[in-house]
Amino acid sequence: MSAVSFDGVTKRFGDVVAVDSLSLEIIDQEFMVLLGPSGCGKSTALRMIAGLETVSDGTLRIGDVVVNDIEAKDRDIAMVFQSYALYPHMTVRQNVEVPLKTRSYAVDDEPPRKLTKDERDERVRETAQTLGLEALLDRKPGALSGGQRQRVALARAIVRRPEVFLMDEPLSNLDAKLRAQTRVELVELHRQLQTTIVYVTHDQVEAMTMADRVAILSDGRLQQVGEPQAVYERPANLFVARFIGSPPMNTVDGTMRVDSTGVRVEVPGGPLAVEGVDTPTDGHAVVAGVRPEHLSIGDGPLSATVRAVEWLGHERHVYCDLGGTSVIVRDTEDGGGGARAGDEVRLAAAPGEVHLFDANTSERLN
Amino acid sequence: MTRATEAATPTDAALDDRPEPKKSFFRRRRTREAGLAALFLAPSVLIFSAFFFYPIGRIVYLGFFQQNQTRTRQRYVGFDQYREILTGNEFTDGLVITLKYVALTVPAGLVLGVLLAVAANRKLKGIKVFHAIFASTVATSVAVASIVWLVLINPTVGYFKVDWLRDTDMALFGVALSSIWQNLGLTFIIVIAGLQAIPEELNEAATIDGMGPVRRFFTVTLPMLSPALLFLVVVLTVFAFQAFAQIDILTDGGPAGSTETLVFKIFTLQQGGAIGEGSVMAVGLFVITFAAALGQFVLLERRVHYGSGEA
Repeated sequence: MSAVSFDGVTKRFGDVVAVDSLSLEIIDQEFMVLLGPSGCGKSTALRMIAGLETVSDGTLRIGDVVVNDIEAKDRDIAMVFQSYALYPHMTVRQNVEVPLKTRSYAVDDEPPRKLTKDERDERVRETAQTLGLEALLDRKPGALSGGQRQRVALARAIVRRPEVFLMDEPLSNLDAKLRAQTRVELVELHRQLQTTIVYVTHDQVEAMTMADRVAILSDGRLQQVGEPQAVYERPANLFVARFIGSPPMNTVDGTMRVDSTGVRVEVPGGPLAVEGVDTPTDGHAVVAGVRPEHLSIGDGPLSATVRAVEWLGHERHVYCDLGGTSVIVRDTEDGGGGARAGDEVRLAAAPGEVHLFDANTSERLN
Repeated sequence: MTRATEAATPTDAALDDRPEPKKSFFRRRRTREAGLAALFLAPSVLIFSAFFFYPIGRIVYLGFFQQNQTRTRQRYVGFDQYREILTGNEFTDGLVITLKYVALTVPAGLVLGVLLAVAANRKLKGIKVFHAIFASTVATSVAVASIVWLVLINPTVGYFKVDWLRDTDMALFGVALSSIWQNLGLTFIIVIAGLQAIPEELNEAATIDGMGPVRRFFTVTLPMLSPALLFLVVVLTVFAFQAFAQIDILTDGGPAGSTETLVFKIFTLQQGGAIGEGSVMAVGLFVITFAAALGQFVLLERRVHYGSGEA
């Protein structure tokens, strides 16, 4: 059980900077999700913790130990790979037993030593029980389903009882139903094990549902780190605003107006009142953002045209044209009424729900 | 089609209740499919017949006869010739030398090829040049390889000034050297292809599981290479059983017959007009080679892991 800390960590591959001076404190026993689109550097960051990539610059610590120069095989971490990377020529039992055979372990506060055959068997049995693998122990990975293989990969990781678990998109090869089920199980497993988990994904649903905290990366840089709800409610910049949320946040270019009535943004369909702007500047080029569930159809300052309506059962997504920009309104009203394609409508947003970003720096302004 | 029908008949009772199946339809269809299958198979059957089945049959047939020196006449001698020759000293001596040759070339060639491939299987600039160099012996003819080694181990002008080829104890080893070298290209290509098919994540997982490079090699790499290694064991063994040109060029069976393998004996016998005796030996060699290859498959296949089975 240990914390992981990145202190100005940079990773370069030739001229390409994969991770750009990343500073991030992962707290002991935390479920930290590294989230970002492909190529954002999240996997590289994870592989540096694992020791599969060297650190070009900066300091990486696991617990209090600087691990920059410690080899992967000597770090107390376990990893679950996207492809699971099970040894295909070994049975499930042998797969799970491998890390117990190769490493030394401290038992009852004695100095680390190799485990005896009985101790290994006991640990494999315990782990198999935790993950419901008892019946599969003598099968080979080729004879398992995707979900079962994923469990074996998890078993091979937790049998070690390592300081830190690393998971690289472990759910991406599962079908949607199994993925949803495994998400819940992983959260339960984390609660049981009380170990630090660093989890890499490009799927914001995984991040939002499992993480204690989310670190969002783009182009090798940390964009924002915080609890899922905080990141959702107060995205630090335009990238985070657009990346988190499904359907994504509506963003409209506009100009900030400041007068005696307050601060508002002139956007193509009309004016939009905003709150809490740090330094109101009249005429400043901005991007206003409103989440689809915070836009409502009815009375409002914005005029728009309905282009299409998607009905999803529990809600409707109304696609509107707002002075040339497409925006989505998430309508959860019951009943068959509501807007139809071609309707002229008025849209409203509560001032407290309007996010304001600088058009040049993309940083949050309110 | 038939399997589906069978699967649908779980008990005899159920069978009794069923209406009579439309047999004629299926039979007609099966006949038509069989005809089509035969048509597809015809080209390979033809080629195999002309170049494989007929010659084998012919050799077995010739083994029942004895020819005169000028091959103008032959007489039937039957199974006696098979019995005599296959239990005779000439055949068993040849077999022992052949087996020694297999033992000298196959393990050494395999180990060297794997070492070379493992050494060359890394991401370095210009490594492809080395791949090409290591693989190049595959494009060398046996004759060229033999001449190269003839010069290399020449006692007066050679690089290794040794007189192995005229030493009854060392001659077979000298010949084996050139074969090992010549087969190295093939071994290298097969093994490096096998290495490159091992997913990188498997090695990474092994590293994270705490394995050092040596342990990783024996726990992950070698088992993953097993299909390639099985193939190579069989092929190299068959190559060794069939070796002829290198012996002909390097030692001509000498000194004192110490490099006369079965193939070489067959050749000299048939050159001398003893077609029948040579044929018997050839049949003997065929059976032994076939049995060896089959035995290797049966024995080693159990320990071979094919593919990852990943979806």
